[in-house]
This record gives sequence, C-alpha cells and structure tokens, in this order.
Amino acid sequence: MTQTLVTYSLIAVYSAMAVYTLAFIAFTVDLAKRSAVTPLTVELAETKKSAAGRATALLEKVVTEQPLAVGRSRALKAAMALTTIGWVLHAAAALLRGLAAGRVPWANMFEFSLTATAIIVGVFLAVQFWQDLRFLGALIVGFSLLALGIATTNYYVDVIPLPDALQSAWLVIHVFVAVLGTSFFALGAGLSVVQLLQARREAGQSAPRFLATLPSAETLENLAYRVILIGFVFWTFTLIAGAVWAERAWGRYWGWDTKEVWTFIIWTIFAGYIHARATRGWRGSRSAVLAIVGFSAVIFNFTIVNQFFKGLHAYSGL
Amino acid sequence: MSSSRPSDHFDSPESIAQPKLGLTGYLRFFWRQLTSMRTALFLLLLLAFAAIPGSLVPQRTSDPNGVAQFKFDNPDLYAVLDWFQVFSTYSSVWFSAIYLLLFISLIGCVIPRTRHHYIALRARPPKTPARLERLAAFTSADTEVDAATAIETATSLLKKQGYRTEVYGDSVSAERGYLRETGNLVFHTALIGVLVTVGIGGGFGYTGQRVVVEGQKFVNVLGDYDSFNPGRFFESDSLEPFRIALDDFSVRYELENTDALGQATNFVASVTTTQAGAEPQQSEIRVNSPLEIGGSQVYLLGNGYAPTITVRDPDGNVVWTDSVPFLPQDANLTSLGVVKVPDGLAEQVGIVGFFYPTAATLDSGALASGYPDLLDPVLQLSVYTGDLGLDEGVPRSVYTLDTGSLTLAAGRNGPEPALQLGIGDTVELPNGLGTVELSEVKRFASLDIHHDPSQLWVLFFALLVVAGLLTGLFVPRRRVWVKVVGSRIEYAGLARGEDPTLEAAVIDLAQKHTAALSLRLNQ
Repeated sequence: MTQTLVTYSLIAVYSAMAVYTLAFIAFTVDLAKRSAVTPLTVELAETKKSAAGRATALLEKVVTEQPLAVGRSRALKAAMALTTIGWVLHAAAALLRGLAAGRVPWANMFEFSLTATAIIVGVFLAVQFWQDLRFLGALIVGFSLLALGIATTNYYVDVIPLPDALQSAWLVIHVFVAVLGTSFFALGAGLSVVQLLQARREAGQSAPRFLATLPSAETLENLAYRVILIGFVFWTFTLIAGAVWAERAWGRYWGWDTKEVWTFIIWTIFAGYIHARATRGWRGSRSAVLAIVGFSAVIFNFTIVNQFFKGLHAYSGL
Repeated sequence: MSSSRPSDHFDSPESIAQPKLGLTGYLRFFWRQLTSMRTALFLLLLLAFAAIPGSLVPQRTSDPNGVAQFKFDNPDLYAVLDWFQVFSTYSSVWFSAIYLLLFISLIGCVIPRTRHHYIALRARPPKTPARLERLAAFTSADTEVDAATAIETATSLLKKQGYRTEVYGDSVSAERGYLRETGNLVFHTALIGVLVTVGIGGGFGYTGQRVVVEGQKFVNVLGDYDSFNPGRFFESDSLEPFRIALDDFSVRYELENTDALGQATNFVASVTTTQAGAEPQQSEIRVNSPLEIGGSQVYLLGNGYAPTITVRDPDGNVVWTDSVPFLPQDANLTSLGVVKVPDGLAEQVGIVGFFYPTAATLDSGALASGYPDLLDPVLQLSVYTGDLGLDEGVPRSVYTLDTGSLTLAAGRNGPEPALQLGIGDTVELPNGLGTVELSEVKRFASLDIHHDPSQLWVLFFALLVVAGLLTGLFVPRRRVWVKVVGSRIEYAGLARGEDPTLEAAVIDLAQKHTAALSLRLNQ
C-alpha cells in the first residue's frame, strides 16, 4: 500500500513538473510579447489618464499610476491555467506522499522541497486575487521547477518511520509555518528582483523592455514590503515554535545549533529589511538587495546547512 | 572649474570650523549616533553577519568533541581562531559587544518613543489642516445639509470606527491606530525582556547528566550526577529532593519496512519517582515528552547497553561486579566500555570491552554488530595489567582507559587473543589472574536534568514579541478629517507609517457619511 501511494505520488510530481515546464515557457513567451509593446501605447495610456483626471477628485485618487496596459495576452492566460493544473498535480503529489507515510509530508528534505514548492506556487496563485502579480510567474514557476528537479534527483528518500525526535505536534506546526514564511519570502524576493530591474530602467539604464509593462519600482517595493512583512511574522513564529519544540525534544530552547543560528540570521536580515524602509538612504534598491540576500540565506539554510553543516537538525534523510 | 559649478556656488573653507564639544557634548554626540536608526540598522546587519562564523566552526557549548577534533586536525588555525573566541562565538567579546550595543541603541530609541507615545495617547487629535486637498487621500461631496449636522454625523461615524475625534469649527479631526505604536513599543521592549531573562534568569538554573542502568536509581543531589553545569547564581542547596528509579527501558525495532529494517523508535524509560513526603509514582519518559518533577525537567537523550560483568579472583571470590554502561559507537549499537579493577587481584587490571548486541563476523575475521537489538550478544574484552593510575587521586574518566603505563595481556596483537563471552559465560583472565563473567545485559538511559526558572518568562516575552509584531505591523495608524467648506464636504486622510488601505478607508468613510446624510457622492 505504502509503495503504491509513493509511486502515485512520484508520478504526480513528474506530471506536475511537465506541466510547470509548459507554464514556464508560456510565461516567458508572455514576457517576450510584453517586450514588443510599442511606445505608442504609452502615450495612449497617458492621454487616457489625463482625461480621467478632469473628472472628480474621487475618481482621480482611485486611478493610481498604472503601468502600460498590456492586452491580456493569450500566453499569459495559458500560463496561469497550466500553473493551476500543475499545482493541482503538485498538491496531489504532496498529499499522496503524506498518505503513504501516514504523517505530514515534510519530514525530510525531499518531502520538504515537495511541500514547500507546492505552497510557494499555491501562495503565488492565491495572491492573484489580491494583486495582479502574474508577471512573477516565470520566476516563481521556474524556481519551483528547479527545486523539484533537485529534490527528485538529489534529495529523494524512501518512506521510513519517523525518528522519535520528530514525533511531535510541533513537526506539523513549526515546519509548516516555516514553509509558509519561506513562500512569502520567495514572493518578496521575486518582487525585489523585478524592482531592481525596474529601478535600472527608470534610471535610464539598459534593462529588459518588458519592464515597461510592469508596475513602477516604488509600487513593486511596496508590494514586496507587504509580502515580506507576512513572511517575517511567520518566520518569527517559526523561531519561537522551534524553541518551544527544542525545549521538549532536546532539553533547551536555544543552543546555537547551526540551523538555529541560520534561522536567527535570516530573522535578523529581514528585521533589517523592515527597518531599512524607515531609514534614509536605505529605501529603494538597497532594501531590495536585503530582501534578496535574506531569501538567499533561506535557500542556503535549507540546502547547504542541512547537508553539510553538523547539527541537531539532521533530518535530511540523506 | 567655475563653469561646471552654479554661479552661486560657494566653496567651503579649507577647514570646517566645527563647534567645540565638551565632554557632555561628545557623550551626547555619541549617544545620538548610537541611537540613530542608521546605526541600529548597521548593528542589526552586523549581528547577522557576526553569527555566521559560529555555524561554520564547532562550538564549545554544543559540540565540544568537534572543537577537540578541530584542534587536533588544524592546530595552527585553531590557535588563531581560538584567540578570536570563534569556538564560543555567541559568548565572545565581539559578538556580545554587537548585541549589547544594539540593545543599548534599542533602549535609547524605545524610551523617548514611549514618552512621546504616552503624550500622544493623552493628546487630542490635531487641528484640521487648512488645505485638505493637498493630502494623499482626498475626496469630496456636495451637501445641502448644514455644517453642524454633517460634522455631528461624521463624528459619530468616526467614533464607531474606533477613531478619537475632536471638533474644530466646521470640521472634525480624528485619529486611530494608537495600538500600532503601542505594539511597536511592546515588540521592542519584549525583545529586551527576552535578552534580560535569558541572560540573568539562565544563571539561576542548572543542567546535569546522569546515566541510569535498569534497576538503578538516581537521587537529585550534586554527588549523584555524572556531569553538572550550574548557572552563575546557582546554589547547591536549591536542588529539589527527588529520586528517579529506572524500572525498564524499551525500544521498538522496525521489522516490516525494508527501507528501515532495525530502525529504533518508541524509546520509553519507565521510571518510579519519589518526592519528599509523597507516594512513589510510576511515569514514563520519552523523547519529546520529558518528565516534570520538582520544578525540573528530565529528558531522555540517549540509551545503550550495560553488560553486567563480574570479576573473581582465582579462589572464586568476587572482587568487582557492576552493570557497566557501554557507549554506543554506531547505529547498530556496537558499544565500547571500560572496567577498572584496582584491588583484589594479583595485579591491577584494566579491561576495554566491545559489546556487539547482534554479533556478525566481518571478512577480516573481526566482529561487528549487524543489528541493534539483543539477538546474539557477544562481549569481547582486551585485558591490560599494570598501574591504572588511580592511586594518585587524580580524577579519571570511567569511560576511557589510559593504556600508556599498562601491558596488554590479552587482546588483538597481545600474547593471548581477546576474551569472548556470551550471556552466562565465564572465562579465565590471562596470567591466571582469575575469571570474568557476563551474567546479563541491561539497558541504560542517559537522562538530562534541567532546571531553568526563567524559561516561562522567556516564553512570555517571546509571545509578547509576536503580539507586538502583529499589532505594530498590521494596525493602520491614520488621521482622518471631515470638513465642511461652503456647500462641499471634504474628506482627507493621512497615513502615519505603512498604510496601504488609507485611500480605500477615506472613500469608504465618505460613502458611509454621505449615505448617512442621504446624499449622492459628487460625481
């Protein structure tokens, strides 16, 4: 039974990866098409705006600065549809893996990668109801695809019983919240990357042309900030839940274990990011760099620290 | 030169005449620098950076053996790193300096902000600005209602939405979200609370380790610990009197899943605990489920085998007997232990034993353990004779045997082969010294006993951190004004801090207000 479910789970993962690949291609096609948007549209958009400006003050304030209008390209629609299909398969894979193991599907690096990427894509899809961030699709889907590829080839392990130290309700809470935090940081880092590029374009430096169709650097910065705030709250909770669990399992709530150190470093970097926004000279590109450094630290914490650093969080299963 | 400068450009003189700062002036200058946001941010990022080396190099507190190994492998690098206190990064001078400066900077920021917030909490909302249309969020509507009614309606509407209001002439000024700054201050103060409780509270606690063999007991007095690490302010008479007897230790081995055959799970230490003036109680200690007793927690952190070994002299008199904890060396619980017999035999005898719970013979002929459970236990002993070095009164580890001044009497490359025993076997010691018997094999549990009176306080402050963070980040603080100018009502809002929903809130207010006045919005 376990073996059958594990096999189905793997089939679902590979299918999801195939669909994501198509989605990734469609997202890049969309970006390429955005690059072809002619400056004529710019003038059009601006005339429209000034016409609107003559209406009541109320209307004027609702219409905030809009980027170049892009016709809802077919490629983009296809990409979103494919991402959704891929995500359903992906979520099914995680679910089947959990059923196979008879526990939450995040007890080793393979399962963590599987579930974390599913949640990253899930958050990306969910966020669209709040803000149109579809332009991040290539980044997010590309990243998840890469992570799944690495997970299935390098991190794969069979289902084995949970070691005693992991048999705790905190495995469900602590790790899940860490995954949520990670996915919001991923989104924030994606936005910050685009923000940096956009800032280059706005400064008149060479930059990809599709940026003209994306929100301004300042809007991107605000979006990134809000997303990262949520990630930061989750991360703070991860840190505390981890300490509570460490107290139960290892007899101390904080012991500067390598994983604890890196979780602390990440927390500090993002705390710095949040303060940077309130510090003269740090707004804009500098804080964006901090957000990217922070997310790189998250990835470093998961890959390098898990595999090569000696510590108590030795649950990679490798 | 002059052409590249604006005509009104003025070159500053060669040396800038700075005001003379006295001692207080300098102190104030440094305090201002330290408590500035820029410095705080720098210290914060520096702290993140300074934490890195501690994860690259083994730490004395968490991995003392790793430090010893590092010293052995790279003696030169060790000396340099040790000078920089890298092996105890998190208590090093430089790391402490960074976080102490950061926290001083934090305190220097929190105190004036608290004072300021206290005043703001008692102040009335500020006067309505003259030109509301200049504010970020602004909207307006026509009205035929008289100003007093409009303002009265707006005031009650704003109050319902949790605003503080103050009427100034034909306008109402409102402010809400004081909780944002309160949360912010709580967050930062709670961080200081965490640091202080960890730093000071931890000093009143202790941690101790004790290996207990099945059938043995542990009494919570200093002398009964194998190792003991008191906090700075710990006094030994503060140990609660209690006793823990290990009745049984059980392990479950995976038998079905072929990917994890023999994986041990479900470690359970069944104990009988006795506290002063109370009946003995049965309890269990598991991983992730420590025993709470006498204000302390008892954790199950390790286990292994303890073969019961009896040494007799040639006449059959018992000269030494004990269940000796053997330390596990690998996943299949090949275990290493030491027996020292200083008296009773013709010579002092030291024995190094390897215990294999399920013995398997390697191609080389050497033994190994093939499975962690007790299926075919074999004890293999190397016997040394000579001076054990116990007579000088120097403390020696019971887990190691210094063979420097001993002669190998039986063992690999010795005059006689190593002794080999199954359960119930008795074999002759070399040189006619006597006999050694393996009568049974028990299990031992290694217990960690922790006492930390501050940890609930740390948790309390940590939860305050989260509560402060949530309110400090997500409660919007904003000022809103409603003003009647002739036949127009103006609505405006001003964000204080990050407030993405300000415009929506002002428009929502305008709609509700005009609806209340049964008016149409000025389209």
